[in-house]
Amino acid sequence: MDFGYLTAILFLPLAGIIVIALLPKPQARTIRLTALTFTLASFILSIAVFCLFDRSAGAIGQMQFEEKISWIPAINAFYHLGVDGLSLPMVILMTFLGFLAVLVSWKIELRPREYFIWLLLLETSILGVFCSLDLVLFFLFWELELIPMYFLISIWGSGRKEYAANKYLIYTLVGSAMMLAGILSIYFTTGSLGMMGLCGLSVASPVIPFAAMFFLLFIGFAIKLPMVPLHTWLPDAHTNAPTAVSVILAGALLKMGGYGMIRLCVSIFPEIALRYAPLLVALAVVGVLYGAAVTMRQRDLKRLIAYSSVSHMGYVLLGIFALSQISLTGAVLQMFSHGVITGLLFAMVGLVYDKAHERNLDNLGGLARRMPVITVVFTVAGLASLGLPGTCGFAAEFITFVGCFSSTAVGGIQIYTLLGVLGIVLTAGYILWMLQKVFYGSPLEKYDGVPDADNIEKVCIFSFVAVIMLIGVYPAILTDVIKMGIMPIVKLIGL
Amino acid sequence: MPHQVPWLIFLLPLFSFILVSFILRPFFNHRPKLGGYVTIAAIGTACVLSFWVVAEVFGAPGHKLEIPDIQWLLISDFSIHIGLMIDSLTAVMLVVVTVVSLMVQIYSQGYMEGDPGYHRYYAFMSLFTACMLGLVMADNLVFMYLFWEGVGLCSYLLIGFWFHKPSAADAAKKAFIVTRFGDLGFLAAILLLFYTTGTFDIEELHGLAIAGVLAGTTLTWVAIGIFAGAVGKSAQFPLHVWLPDAMEGPTPVSSLIHAATMVAAGVFLVARMYPLFEYSEVALTTVAVIGGFTAIFAASMGLVMTDIKRVLAYSTISQLGYMMLGLGTGGIAIGMFHLFNHAFFKCLLFLGAGSVNHSTGTFDIREMGGLRKVMPWTYATFLIASLSIAGIWPLSGFWSKDEIVVSSFANNPILFYLAMITVFMTAFYMFRVIFLTFGGEYRGGASSEHGSHEPHESSRVMVIPMVVLAVLAVFSGWLNVTGAFGAFMGHGEVCGFAEGFFGILTHPLPLISLLLAGLGILLAYAMYSAKWVSAEAVGRAFRPLYTLLYRKYWFDELYEKVIVVRVLVDGLCAALDFFDARVVDGAVNGVGDGTAAAGNALRRVQTGQLQVYVMAIAVGVVAIAVFCYLFG
Repeated sequence: MDFGYLTAILFLPLAGIIVIALLPKPQARTIRLTALTFTLASFILSIAVFCLFDRSAGAIGQMQFEEKISWIPAINAFYHLGVDGLSLPMVILMTFLGFLAVLVSWKIELRPREYFIWLLLLETSILGVFCSLDLVLFFLFWELELIPMYFLISIWGSGRKEYAANKYLIYTLVGSAMMLAGILSIYFTTGSLGMMGLCGLSVASPVIPFAAMFFLLFIGFAIKLPMVPLHTWLPDAHTNAPTAVSVILAGALLKMGGYGMIRLCVSIFPEIALRYAPLLVALAVVGVLYGAAVTMRQRDLKRLIAYSSVSHMGYVLLGIFALSQISLTGAVLQMFSHGVITGLLFAMVGLVYDKAHERNLDNLGGLARRMPVITVVFTVAGLASLGLPGTCGFAAEFITFVGCFSSTAVGGIQIYTLLGVLGIVLTAGYILWMLQKVFYGSPLEKYDGVPDADNIEKVCIFSFVAVIMLIGVYPAILTDVIKMGIMPIVKLIGL
Repeated sequence: MPHQVPWLIFLLPLFSFILVSFILRPFFNHRPKLGGYVTIAAIGTACVLSFWVVAEVFGAPGHKLEIPDIQWLLISDFSIHIGLMIDSLTAVMLVVVTVVSLMVQIYSQGYMEGDPGYHRYYAFMSLFTACMLGLVMADNLVFMYLFWEGVGLCSYLLIGFWFHKPSAADAAKKAFIVTRFGDLGFLAAILLLFYTTGTFDIEELHGLAIAGVLAGTTLTWVAIGIFAGAVGKSAQFPLHVWLPDAMEGPTPVSSLIHAATMVAAGVFLVARMYPLFEYSEVALTTVAVIGGFTAIFAASMGLVMTDIKRVLAYSTISQLGYMMLGLGTGGIAIGMFHLFNHAFFKCLLFLGAGSVNHSTGTFDIREMGGLRKVMPWTYATFLIASLSIAGIWPLSGFWSKDEIVVSSFANNPILFYLAMITVFMTAFYMFRVIFLTFGGEYRGGASSEHGSHEPHESSRVMVIPMVVLAVLAVFSGWLNVTGAFGAFMGHGEVCGFAEGFFGILTHPLPLISLLLAGLGILLAYAMYSAKWVSAEAVGRAFRPLYTLLYRKYWFDELYEKVIVVRVLVDGLCAALDFFDARVVDGAVNGVGDGTAAAGNALRRVQTGQLQVYVMAIAVGVVAIAVFCYLFG
């Protein structure tokens, strides 16, 4: 490989940071354009990788675009990047959202230079998690993400922003500490940090039982996902974060949890995963229904979407631990789909709040006449979220359901799946209720003269809609890639 | 016939949707009629092509056309193809959908004139027609489910078309959520089918059911699940509550979606999956019982409604119940034949209601009256459709209703009596509407702030579609006078036309049902035209019964106030929300506060005074020494 695509994708936002930092007394506009250029370049390169990705049967189970340089020889750590069918969609998702997050932040007036620096750093760190094939590198990027998140929420947030930022940081750090213990125990058992070499780990004398290692890693990821009951940091973080951060948080950051579960928990410990799958599947279904039920009671738009994320990420957990080819593919597609849909939902909430200065559902109403474009796009996002056919929400959920229902890994999973399917009615309930509260009914006087989306906002939200429809109409564009990453993992499970 | 033709039937309205919403709406908003012309042209062409397909199907061996599939999704052994299934069932539905849709689109040119959402209206109507055509042609369940939800979406969007009215927004939401409960069953059945058979293909599933591979409890559950979807879509008991509210949409929408096509999709679904029902006694009985019960249950509520569209809505639910009864007791041909006839006369009734509303500004039949003279065309066509739905020989409704009555007679006496009583009720409520709307003297129309309405006949663009449909309402039933329709659908034998046309009057059953219908009309005449009996007096005499019917058996209150609000939202969800905030998050914050408190407590130890530290060290050393001495 002559050109280090992944390094370029990974470090272009970082390069953007350096440029922004070095600009002498830049105007806000220059900063925005710089950030936009670098994130767009990163996005275009990731699309290039997607196009060049080898989809032939021979490439199944192979890492592509690999880069491997010795980094810390003393502990056998490498600077090792690569993508397969599992990580590539996540990389594209992140670069796509990174680019759009800059557009979403177009109107940031408060300390724009620092803001965009943190935003770009956030993008690099999340991309790093998805591209790393070395456990130390993976953990480094995993932790790096906390720093920009902390500052973005606590400075540019709203409401109880310091509380939310602290809660997010500490909660995630607890998970990270467990993860680090898990990684260390893997290292001391095998002496290796290469993520791919560890698949289907079987050593006679582990330092601690494999199940312990599995759960140390799993809890770290479950907090990120988030899995009920480890989810309460999420609504607080979302409610108080600035819009762009919510977009990235819901869109890409949560996916680090699901990605980690598949890449590490399931791949390295397939037998443990199989043994504990019934428990985790049950927790997933509880998460789906519990999340949806709590969503019904929310009055704050952002909190409502945040809780709906808890419910939707339950499907990811369900798909992962149904442990079949189809269900895992569905779970990865669900991660991508949820990323785009919820990203859009948060962007739309941000727009509504920008224009109407109101997020409480009880005070909103009749906005459809005032902001027709926003209404249409918000409705599309909502319908995608409730899994309407023709949108990626349906494709992902349907594949997940089929995969789970026909899985042989967990006894009685049919019942769990059907309970999970019940979630789609609840989702329809709160989404339609929300749309009605915000947009329908007679126009309110206080919102006279509230503007609709401007051109930059239209570019941004229409891009989201285009992806939602594209994946919805032809999901094979992604599943053909995803299944290549899933196949070797399913082989390890051996069902 | 090239394979592209059926595809084109589906794609034309879809293109029209794209054209209207992405080009005409943003760039030609000042030329509203354009959207209508595009839609009419697209659906008109689709209609012509549909007749071509019907002709081809008629000539094809086994009445079936082979259309190659397209691969859509493949994950290991899980593959979904996109394909079309063109058989006699599809052919009938193609005719119904395209003809009715075309008539409604033409009519809408007049009805929606001057509405600011004109382009939006036609965009949604095109999308609906495309989805409906996709639904009837889909050859596998996933593809079908896709369009199934698609028509549901269009229904949602069009019921809520005037979204600034809270009642419309409520009705739209209700329709979507109630039907989604049914869809849940459909989706579960699809999952179960794939799990047991590994395929979504409808023809393969037919084969497996006929061969007995798919049998027993699994088959029953699958069939019940599919039927649950049909119950939601076709507004059968107990998911009937959404359809009357759906009348909040524009009247042509009610006509096309909530009378002729989409609500009939449930009946179509059962017919499409009929082999699965056929081999499950339980499932087939369920279909018949739910259908028969819904028929009389809905008709009873139709007796007392004062909103013309609500009467028609209950009538639709009741007639859909008939179709289900026909499917459950007779077979595909009987149920589908009623669907076919019903589509035309019920569509016409709604268009008539729309025409009356245009003229008087109200839907309340108590404010109408005397329109016979000023709206002769509307009156004549409405009367024909009413006679047809009442089952008067030789109009189309007579032929299909008779078949259902006969098959239920052969099957189950209770269902037969239910069907017969419904015949009487149907004739009564339809002629109650006729006498109140068109008979007597004009009672002033809408008592709105716009002043009184001067009633007038509707414009020609609205009348012509009504006349076309009236012709169909008379003659569409004659297709099966000889048994030709039944033979096309796969069973029954053909006889001579004259023999069938007049011979039917020599049987006792048709005569009894004709008599009942006549009695219904007579009673309506007695109460609302000749006033031999005062309607108010009857209402007073049966006050509790009247209240029961007028309040729709309190189903709305039960579902919305009790189950949704009390039990779910204010009960379970509130409890979980409390649990989440106090227990789950409380635990998290508790751990945080606990740690902070522990830190606070321990902080006091760090006094910074050397004496205290040395003291502590000394005590520690002594303690260790003592410990070692005692236990060491």
